[in-house]
Amino acid sequence: MTAADHQPDAPMNERALDRQARAEQRNLMALSLPAFILVGSLVLLPMGWLFWMSIYGADGFTAENYTRLLHPSYKKTLITTFELAFLVTGLCILLGYPLAYLASQLKPRMASLVLLCVLFPFWTSLLVRTYAWLVLLQRRGLINNWLMEWGLIDTPLKLVHNFTGTTIGMVHIMLPFFVLPLYASMKTVDYDLMKAASNLGASPVRAFWQIYVPLTLSGLGAGVILVFVLSLGFYVTPALLGGGRVMMWAMQIERSMAVYADWGAASALGVVLLVMTLGILWAFARLTGAIGATEGK
Amino acid sequence: MLNRPATDTQVTHLQRLWLYVLCGLVIFFLIVPTLLVIPMSFSDSRYLDFPPESWSLRWYRAYFNSPEWLQATAVSFQVAFLTMLLATATGTLAAYGLHATRARSSRYMTVLLTLPMIIPVILLAVGIFLTFAPVGLNSTIGGLMLAHTILAIPLVMITVTAGMQNFDINQEMVARSMGASRPWAFLTVTLPQIRNSVMSGALLAFIISLDEVVIALLIAGGDKATLTRRMFLALRDEIDPTIAAISTLLIAFSVLMLTLSQILQSRK
Repeated sequence: MTAADHQPDAPMNERALDRQARAEQRNLMALSLPAFILVGSLVLLPMGWLFWMSIYGADGFTAENYTRLLHPSYKKTLITTFELAFLVTGLCILLGYPLAYLASQLKPRMASLVLLCVLFPFWTSLLVRTYAWLVLLQRRGLINNWLMEWGLIDTPLKLVHNFTGTTIGMVHIMLPFFVLPLYASMKTVDYDLMKAASNLGASPVRAFWQIYVPLTLSGLGAGVILVFVLSLGFYVTPALLGGGRVMMWAMQIERSMAVYADWGAASALGVVLLVMTLGILWAFARLTGAIGATEGK
Repeated sequence: MLNRPATDTQVTHLQRLWLYVLCGLVIFFLIVPTLLVIPMSFSDSRYLDFPPESWSLRWYRAYFNSPEWLQATAVSFQVAFLTMLLATATGTLAAYGLHATRARSSRYMTVLLTLPMIIPVILLAVGIFLTFAPVGLNSTIGGLMLAHTILAIPLVMITVTAGMQNFDINQEMVARSMGASRPWAFLTVTLPQIRNSVMSGALLAFIISLDEVVIALLIAGGDKATLTRRMFLALRDEIDPTIAAISTLLIAFSVLMLTLSQILQSRK
């Protein structure tokens, strides 16, 4: 058989192969169909429905559900929610960055021990951990008892059922989410760069701030965004440790639904939370995308 | 020893002693408060003093003698087991398909399937309640399983996809060039090699379902209340010391699961 004999068939063969390849890609994509049906029917459709309910009432289209959110009590909830999210994120940076930094420099055996300590709360039930704080921080709890025994205070401190208790509990819940991505990015830092900075006369402090911190910025950003977004929509810990005095956005949603059965308010509150969450994530993705692009140049 | 340099920039251990102390305190903060529940659960007093003045199994008896708590525990474990099966199957299939395909739309699909991890759980709960109401799935084991499965799918996918990174998909091509069909190649060549990742994903799915509070709070009433729902309501109204005993049992279970997952990790 010569090359000339083969020629006429080639385009057809290619087309057939092409078709086969496309069919195969389709089949592979179809494997994600069961998962997609579940997520589609229980997440995507209900979110759409929620949005519809927030703008369509008994008398047609309405903006009433949103204008009602301008009421001062909702404004207060929004401020509390952001205050808590900022405070928790800030404390996670202060406590988590040093821990991830040290863990990333330890010998493998020690490092895995430290990581195990970070993973342990991750695998322990959220309710169990919140319960532990409730017991420790309450009026007659361990911490108040000890402080009084040592004569540091005369009357029990109000540590729980308020903003303080909520913050302590939330930091405890969020810290693993912050440390794990940060640790992963710190493991990739090239320490020769620190040596080079040192050789060029930078003090250790300067080398840390000018070389090390910028190199770990992507992990830090991922941790910060994760903690911030999770805190914004958090329900369980503020509901239990806040004792009704810390009203978060998520609690407002649960309340308008379970207590008042007010679907218009619940859906509008929900849409606002969804837009805030997705907006922050989108902005972050754009920002890191931009940083990634300039780094590539 | 303390004067030896600890970093490449010649900072000595002594100079960064504060770092060791701070990290020690942070680890203490992460671990100890939770563990204190264990000795407290053996206290004889309603106020769960520490260290307990007198020890007893009073709260464990209270738990094992309560039909409500036991039923809630049974519901939780049933749901967690079913969630594990469904989420592992659908999540692994999706992770494999999206990893193996070169279709451009696979990236969008991945983002869509990880959405349940990003959307606040309270919103998922409200949405699921709305969807289940007309079809009567609220307060059923099946409904809880479906709801928890969507939470677990992203975690299974992430774990399995991570496992696939270490696996050369061309091995499957070799098997197929020798006559194996694609499903057969997956089952005999790929699956055995990503087995540990799949099992890690399954453990995660189980624990996610067992720990889930918010969705159960909204959709699981009556005799289908989960353990976490009952615990949450009991904690909100009044601190029932029985919860200390339940918490200790749950901590023991978490340690077991964490150990299993670490064993699976080390075998990878």
